[in-house]
Amino acid sequence: MMLSIRQQPFRAAVLVLVWGWLLFLVLAPNLLVVGTSVMTRNPGTFISMPLNLDAYRQLFNPLYLEVFIHSLYMAAMTTLVCLLIGYPFAWALSRVEKRRQMLLIFLLIVPFWTNSLVRTYALKLILATNGLLNQGLMSLGIIDEPAQLLYTEGAVIVGLVYLLLPFMILPLYSVFDDLRQDVLLASHDLGAGRFATFKNVIVPLTLPGVLAGVMLVLLPAMGLFFVPDILGGSRNLLVGNVIKNQFLDARNWPFGAAASIMLTVAMALLMFAHRLSKRRLGEEGA
Amino acid sequence: MRWLPRTYLALVYLLLYVPIIVLVVFSFNDSRTGYSWGGLSLRWYESLFNNHAMVQAMWNSLWLALTAATVSTLIGALTALALHRYRFRGKKVLNGMLFVVMMSPEIVLAISLLGLFLLLGLKLGYVSLLLAHVTFCLPFVVITVMARLAGFDERLPEAARDLGASDFTMTRTVLIPVIMPALMAGWMLGFTLSMDDVVVSTFVSGPSYEILPLRIYSMVRVGLKPEVNALGTLLLVFSLVMLMFSHWILSRSKQ
Repeated sequence: MMLSIRQQPFRAAVLVLVWGWLLFLVLAPNLLVVGTSVMTRNPGTFISMPLNLDAYRQLFNPLYLEVFIHSLYMAAMTTLVCLLIGYPFAWALSRVEKRRQMLLIFLLIVPFWTNSLVRTYALKLILATNGLLNQGLMSLGIIDEPAQLLYTEGAVIVGLVYLLLPFMILPLYSVFDDLRQDVLLASHDLGAGRFATFKNVIVPLTLPGVLAGVMLVLLPAMGLFFVPDILGGSRNLLVGNVIKNQFLDARNWPFGAAASIMLTVAMALLMFAHRLSKRRLGEEGA
Repeated sequence: MRWLPRTYLALVYLLLYVPIIVLVVFSFNDSRTGYSWGGLSLRWYESLFNNHAMVQAMWNSLWLALTAATVSTLIGALTALALHRYRFRGKKVLNGMLFVVMMSPEIVLAISLLGLFLLLGLKLGYVSLLLAHVTFCLPFVVITVMARLAGFDERLPEAARDLGASDFTMTRTVLIPVIMPALMAGWMLGFTLSMDDVVVSTFVSGPSYEILPLRIYSMVRVGLKPEVNALGTLLLVFSLVMLMFSHWILSRSKQ
């Protein structure tokens, strides 16, 4: 039953406001990015006609390709480290008494509510040449002279892990929390050892959580340009640095837009994989 | 082997908190170099508050976060109500757009909004920042409110309608009180997201309206600035208070 605007003015007003906002500030800007990516670079007006695919061709320019691959490598390492730390962490967390779990989750998200720039800066205090870590290692006699920790690939990965770890842990915790003990007991009763239970029961059941975590870590890890700016020096750039550079300094908007579309496509692929894994799990469960 | 998981948890928490503890301790450090301990002092807090541009940026950020959180809570709540109560064409598209905002990398949102604002000839400053911040806060408010509405007894609004209440009256007297805790939680989430944002703000802010994260950004890119320790400590205390307050509201409403 459709009611007219006159009969339901409130409903109409709400729908117009919501649709208006999203069309104007989400759909239109995203279409603009797509449009920008196929236009020609113009130093004066940012972009101009004619339409072409030069920007996409430029993505495969060896110079940029190297930066993208290095960025993907650092993001992948970040994701891997987050997973290696986060998986056992979420498991252990889900086994703690329920009452304490709430407090522990609270403690996990407190850093997330703290300014991420400030937290990245705090890592600088620790990793600098005469920073706390080098001072500590030297006073313990492990190293004789300060090691170069800051402005390295490792520093960027540490920074990204530090900022993104909760985003890996929370979805993993949610799947471990749903993991029923009787399923594990059943596996044990059927004669499976610890490893077989892990491989055949726990891993498949927690896979959607793993993929959700990967999705929430891998892509932001390519976009957080301030982390390499503070910790990485000029040689360890992320895709985010390239995009920012193209828009704010080099003024090559079509190329910046093409690079950001590349990120969006990567996100869509990951989301598709996540969906697929969930659906497969649903079918097997039914 | 029961101690093993617990030790592991403790170790990860330690790693998460060491940088924050270092930051707080060093904010009271008298030493100028920033790496060695030179005795207790409040000098960095003092120099922070004597820095006029910094204090101005702090007020700008607070005002932006307050308004962005309020506008996004209003629109977000209405969106959640519309999605929950109304059947309309394109509902899936609407849901999809919210999902896209939440999932897409911040930098993609940032450049898309920059393009829009320049195309419209909007001067980059408070208004562009507000529009951008409301947009990235919106999905989080919608989700918070939707979660609250999911466990809601559908017979209440029906009863209100049967008793002759208009849609607007029913929303005001029945739905709003029910979603109030979610509104407050959503507001605080929006406030924090806005205060913390660097990526989107870098693109859509102009020299006329400098905000705190960008001010910090320009300070920490080169070398160490002990004032940042003091500022970080203040921000930490501030968000802790906010977080505890929102937890308190949510836990109180559950009882």
